[in-house]
Amino acid sequence: MEIGPYLLLASLEGAVTAAVLALTAVGLSLVFGVMRVVNVAHGEFFMLGAVLAWWISSQVAGHPSLGFAVALLVVPLLVGGLAALADMTILKRISYDPERTIVATIGILYIIQQVTLMTYGPDARPVEPPFNTRLAIPWFEFVEGKPRIYWPWGLSTTTYKLGVIAAAALVLVGVWLLMARSKIGLIMRATQLDRDMALAFGIPVERVYALVFGLGAGLAALAAVLIVPIQQAHYLMGGDPLLLSFVVVIIGGLGSLPGTVVAAILIGLSDGIISVFFSPTLAKILATLLVALVLVFRPQGLFGVRRA
Amino acid sequence: MLDVSRIDVAYGPAQILRDLSFSVRAGEILCLLGRNGAGKTTTMKAIMGLLPLLSGDIRLDGRSIGALPAHHVPRAGIGYIPQGRRLFTELSVAQNLEIGLMARGSGPEVLEDVLTLFPRLRERLQQRAETLSGGEQQMLATARALCLQPKVLLLDEPTEGLQPSMIEAIREVITVMRDRGVAILLVEQRVDAVLSVADRVCFIENGQNLETLDAATLRQDHAILERHLGV
Repeated sequence: MEIGPYLLLASLEGAVTAAVLALTAVGLSLVFGVMRVVNVAHGEFFMLGAVLAWWISSQVAGHPSLGFAVALLVVPLLVGGLAALADMTILKRISYDPERTIVATIGILYIIQQVTLMTYGPDARPVEPPFNTRLAIPWFEFVEGKPRIYWPWGLSTTTYKLGVIAAAALVLVGVWLLMARSKIGLIMRATQLDRDMALAFGIPVERVYALVFGLGAGLAALAAVLIVPIQQAHYLMGGDPLLLSFVVVIIGGLGSLPGTVVAAILIGLSDGIISVFFSPTLAKILATLLVALVLVFRPQGLFGVRRA
Repeated sequence: MLDVSRIDVAYGPAQILRDLSFSVRAGEILCLLGRNGAGKTTTMKAIMGLLPLLSGDIRLDGRSIGALPAHHVPRAGIGYIPQGRRLFTELSVAQNLEIGLMARGSGPEVLEDVLTLFPRLRERLQQRAETLSGGEQQMLATARALCLQPKVLLLDEPTEGLQPSMIEAIREVITVMRDRGVAILLVEQRVDAVLSVADRVCFIENGQNLETLDAATLRQDHAILERHLGV
């Protein structure tokens, strides 16, 4: 047996994980970068995205891709709106004090999780993918010194998985354009760099915070909508994305968006490969170990800037 | 133009300003003078709405701005040049200025005017603010505040740590703004710098008024300075 095709398969699986993780972690990183808020409830916004995606796609009649399309558009807005509301009613009231926001977001975590359990229930429910054609994975071999393509038996991916990777890449480019090129991005970066000076130049910082918190949660929800046809929606599914997002954000450098994306690809790919060849638990152990090493040897993260 | 009347301001439990009053007229430079910790920077933050007033009021053109949310104060027409410049360091010169322009929806002609006052900035529009020299950073901080076409300009130690040619350039712009009818509130440590530009001087100590005098009187009688500042 050759290892090459299996490595390719594992990398593809890892790329799907990386794509979804990058979206989720960029949301977390934005919120931390601009607001200095450690959002422990981030994983629950992810879970809420998945559960709402199931609910909406089960309400919409007709072809499964129609329900999925509606979910893809509506769910991030719903979850983002809910998060903005939580920001205005809870985080603003405690003046974004670092310790109290952690406790408050733990509270939000349990409220969302338990309300989901009471309404949606403990079951894992699937969402039908909008398109899902099986694609065999090609590999090559040398026959009499010439390379020849062949399809190893039993190894395949799906068009939907490739679609998830493409969609995530597209959204990330969108986020980058928003931050680097748009007026609202400029306002967010100014708020991030110096909150008081932003106020002194007429920037409504509280509204920017609500927007950023909503945007962060919306990105997590969008990631969840993309993954739910592969993973199923469950009320406890927010734990892993939260842990991995923190891992990614710390490795990439707190508040650095390019660092977050690079770290997501690194962690996602290694998670996929290690999960396929060894076990998913080992993948998580190694990722957490990597965080510990980064914190010891490069506390500002791989791409972070050390602040004076 | 800007009337500060009997304000009390505290940082948490520590009260800094007590019953402080002064007013700055249009086309005038009023200088706040006092020892370190007298409450000069706190006064500026209070005017900008960054610290809440415990009592008293601040009026701009007769309209109360003391209770406005902080982001509405600049929109009323107050430009702030804080101590230590506080630029948006990772943004470019142009982006720093754009944030100034956005505050009151100033048009491109305002930017043009500001760049005419500070030609050095025009050559560096795409550079990141943190890569500028100290003097250029001070120019940018001043230009950023001018971008919102202020009626009142607050300057907190604008010449701190600058070389003489830069100090001269900043001073020239301050006088230009005064001649255009802007009310200017200046905090400055160096007494000689104060006496050469100020119209009036307001002494404060422990967050309270001592007295307010014409700069001309001070220039003639240095004994007053020694009495209030111990210099």
